[in-house]
Amino acid sequence: MNGVHDMGGMDGLGPVRPGADEAPFHAPYEARAFAHLLALGALGKWNNDMVRSHFENFVATDYLRMTYFERWNAGLIELLVETGVITRAEVASGRADPASGKAVPALAADSARTMIMAGEPFDRVLPAVPRFRAGETVRTKNLHPIGHTRLPRYARDKSGVVQRCHGGFVFPDQNARSLGEQPQHLYSVRFEAEELWGSERGARRCAVFIDLWEAYLAA
Amino acid sequence: MHDDAEHAHDHDHRSSELPSEPALRVMALESLLVEKGLVDPAALAALIDIYEREIGPRNGARVVARAWVDPAFLDRLRKNATAAIAELGFGGQQGEHMVVVENGAEEHNVVVCTLCSCYPWPVLGLPPAWYKSPAYRSRVVIDPRGVLAEFGLKLDDDVQVNVRDSTAEIRYLVLPERPEGSDGMTEDQLASLVTRDSMIGVAKITSPSTLVPS
Repeated sequence: MNGVHDMGGMDGLGPVRPGADEAPFHAPYEARAFAHLLALGALGKWNNDMVRSHFENFVATDYLRMTYFERWNAGLIELLVETGVITRAEVASGRADPASGKAVPALAADSARTMIMAGEPFDRVLPAVPRFRAGETVRTKNLHPIGHTRLPRYARDKSGVVQRCHGGFVFPDQNARSLGEQPQHLYSVRFEAEELWGSERGARRCAVFIDLWEAYLAA
Repeated sequence: MHDDAEHAHDHDHRSSELPSEPALRVMALESLLVEKGLVDPAALAALIDIYEREIGPRNGARVVARAWVDPAFLDRLRKNATAAIAELGFGGQQGEHMVVVENGAEEHNVVVCTLCSCYPWPVLGLPPAWYKSPAYRSRVVIDPRGVLAEFGLKLDDDVQVNVRDSTAEIRYLVLPERPEGSDGMTEDQLASLVTRDSMIGVAKITSPSTLVPS
């Protein structure tokens, strides 16, 4: 999706405001929105790529207007409705439909730490050898899929050099569409600034390293 | 824009202010989720508590300090960062696939996620507002030297700047350069020098000789 979330290289998004503040949340609702997503992930109704897809899938003006955790909450509501966990009528009324079935057991407090520490590995063993080797020059494809992708717009149809292969990883473009994990090799690819931004703005001695799946790359 | 909105929270007057619209929507969803038995408020409190009290940049600082004093650990960190970091008890969500990149006199790495806000939670905690902001996400890939200068970090022209865009599930921890004047410091003392920003790559570590003794 050529969405506003894909903002690498855009101009006009304001100044960076450095800050030393290390508090993870700045209002109670931010902490709650964060915890809702983590706790509900334990239900197993969706995967990580579906989450990312829903968290970027807003009208551009809404995306920019909303606070970070406001997007989490809005994206989570869409996930919950699409997977049938709640209904739009319930969201509108704020009350459970008496006819709705009782849910699977919720994440218990004493399981919270275990869930966090277990994480969710995305690497997968692949029978095939990687198509590209370190040091090889590759070109990203000129892809503009309608749905979720992790190939940033600024890095499409660009030439770079493979730095390393990270191994097999779940492919987000398919996984976000509930088409299965379809794992493939993931590479760190180095792009010189001039290749990405042209001779005028591409700074000397600057490069961007991007992690890219094999399906994004051509020889 | 959301970074402005988040910035505003630093200055609000919570005691006299009505809950914001986002806050009302989040709490409305929570009451529905609780009524349906989908979340246990005690579990929510436990999750929040872990990220407010335990998981934060002090974890990453311990990794960095260990790497500075223990060459064998540094070697393991280079070969398999996830496993080496797990030796110190850190790992799990958003740190399942760690890679460490090393900053030094000739090369400087800085980390971003242009597409969302991917960040190595187990070692740095949750990302600061500026890391999530459209400004940082859009600009650091096209003008890294300019953005770093706004953080107060001016790099010489002959330093190679490498921006790491976290587009996949690999999470990057920057190993900052050990500052001059830190010889003879203990691992704990060294860890206290390490800042969050130095582990994202938007800062270097100040030499302890320039710090005012406390």
